[in-house]
Amino acid sequence: MDTRISEHPILGKKENGKEISFFYDGKEMKGYEGEPIAAALKAAGVMVHRYTKKEHKPRGIFCAIGRCTDCVMVVDGVPNVRTCITPLKEGMDVRTQYGVSDKPFDDVN
Amino acid sequence: MKRYDLIIVGAGPAGLSAAIEAAKKGLKVIVFDENEKPGGQLFKQIHKFFGSKEHRAKIRGFVIGKQLLEEADAAGVKVELNATVIGLYQDKEVVVKKGDEIRHFKGDSVIIATGAAENMVTFPGWTLPGVIGAGAAQTMLNLHGILPGKKILMLGSGNVGLVVSFQLMQCGCDVVALVDAAPRVGGYGVHASKISRCGVPFYLSHTIVKAEGTDHVSGVTIAQVDDKFKFIPGTEKHFDVDTICMAVGLSPMSQLLKMAGCKMEDNPKRGGQVPICDEYGRTSLPGVLVAGDVSGIEEASSAMIEGRMAGLVAAEYLGFMEKDELDASLKELDDALMGLRQGMFAPSNRGKKIEKTEEGIDISSNLLKKGFVSDDEIERFPGVTHRVGVHPVMECTQNIPCNPCQDACKKGCISIGDNITSLPVVVNDAACINCGMCVASCSGQAIFLVDEDTGDGMATVTLPYEFLPLPEPGTKGKGLGRDGKAVCDAVVVSVKTSKAFDKTNLLTMKVPKEYAMKARFFKAEV
Repeated sequence: MDTRISEHPILGKKENGKEISFFYDGKEMKGYEGEPIAAALKAAGVMVHRYTKKEHKPRGIFCAIGRCTDCVMVVDGVPNVRTCITPLKEGMDVRTQYGVSDKPFDDVN
Repeated sequence: MKRYDLIIVGAGPAGLSAAIEAAKKGLKVIVFDENEKPGGQLFKQIHKFFGSKEHRAKIRGFVIGKQLLEEADAAGVKVELNATVIGLYQDKEVVVKKGDEIRHFKGDSVIIATGAAENMVTFPGWTLPGVIGAGAAQTMLNLHGILPGKKILMLGSGNVGLVVSFQLMQCGCDVVALVDAAPRVGGYGVHASKISRCGVPFYLSHTIVKAEGTDHVSGVTIAQVDDKFKFIPGTEKHFDVDTICMAVGLSPMSQLLKMAGCKMEDNPKRGGQVPICDEYGRTSLPGVLVAGDVSGIEEASSAMIEGRMAGLVAAEYLGFMEKDELDASLKELDDALMGLRQGMFAPSNRGKKIEKTEEGIDISSNLLKKGFVSDDEIERFPGVTHRVGVHPVMECTQNIPCNPCQDACKKGCISIGDNITSLPVVVNDAACINCGMCVASCSGQAIFLVDEDTGDGMATVTLPYEFLPLPEPGTKGKGLGRDGKAVCDAVVVSVKTSKAFDKTNLLTMKVPKEYAMKARFFKAEV
């Protein structure tokens, strides 16, 4: 079963934007222009967006509407970007956030 | 500093409705919304709404969203998106953040229609990726076309939990259990029934012990709770799931009002911290009004009416309409709102245990405990009758404010009467022509067309079907009972689709006649 819904019984076929490339932790991935970064990551099977500063615990999508800040990542060098409401753009550099940086902790990864 | 007659915060159902009414009266209106798109949560709501015609009943939420945007556009309302209101100060100064810029506006009146945020409950593992809000699931499914997971456990049996469970199944997800610590299903029985008959088991008086997994959810353990909500040892059950959805209520997002100095109260019946306001949304600050969930959790239908009221009150406050004209308009809207606030689930009935319908019939206890009306309970409701030939069977067993079925039947087979919450009644001398409009019009998907004896030892049952793929005529499978368990063999006779049915397909299956009143869903053989 694909993570993307190709045809919905009520909403019909989804009209996606242009397919584009972006980078997730340096790895090239495909997504649709304008969809939330989090949607493209979810479709690619990425669950962990960041690790917390003190206890190094994983976090992912929680509210999906920009309220809870669980899904923040380092995007184009800027930390704490809410990926669930930030539109995906061609060539974007999206990185897992550790505390508030993109440098992994010693005990994770 | 730019000035407007009316500044509205929030472009959801309440805010847009307020904007439309006020703009029609000649006010210069601007609506700020922090989101990329207007409409609030309406565009995620794909089910048909309840109510009557004046409440836009039997229209799907996202279609209502489109209608509101068109009306707002026609009325000349300006909606500014990606604009977060971060401050509401003395003399109705509104501070808006857009990108990195902060701007100040002055409103001669202000309506706060910021809605509500989802609640959460905590348990070991609740922060793991894969534990999400039910609203998040709805957003991913219906806005972004992404499945939040494949095997899902839903926590919460209110309307959000029930509706989102159904939406997950419509996209092919497997909802393995619906769990609630409360002893009774919180949402509409018809919503519960439509997921029960697809096979979702209900676990009332149960809650989550822990979510399992290292980097993301891989399973969940639930257990039964006693009447003090303490776990009962030995009742643990494990499910392999990749996602846990929480639908455990909403809290008003009333921070701006508190900041502005409105008198507030903590009112659990209204969902938490809410402004003290009159029935038309006037807060303790002159010219500052509220509408929608921010002043008490209800639903989109009532939010739209509250929005219209607040918009008109603002117009009168600024002298754009006369007091007597306002009073007349408010009277009409009062009646519309009263209609929605009646029945078993009325705000005034919150927390009460209702044992009988308004007609004096015992409520189905099985429906409240397990999510479906049992075979021996269903016959006592007035929508369930027997006759020769095709006839409607309306499994509508709780008093809820909804009546599209009686207008849908052009032959007059169905009657609700003037009281919108009455249970539908079959009119005996009217002849059903098997058109199916009642089945498609029922927002609760609770109406079936049944021919109890087709002469060959068989019966036909027509049911609402909103799943893909649509089975071809001749497809063999099982008839499922109201509890979702296979009760008999079934063959699809036809699947009707029509523009008038609005995406609710009518699946007719043939079953042995002794199952005419038992089989309520079709599952194809795989």
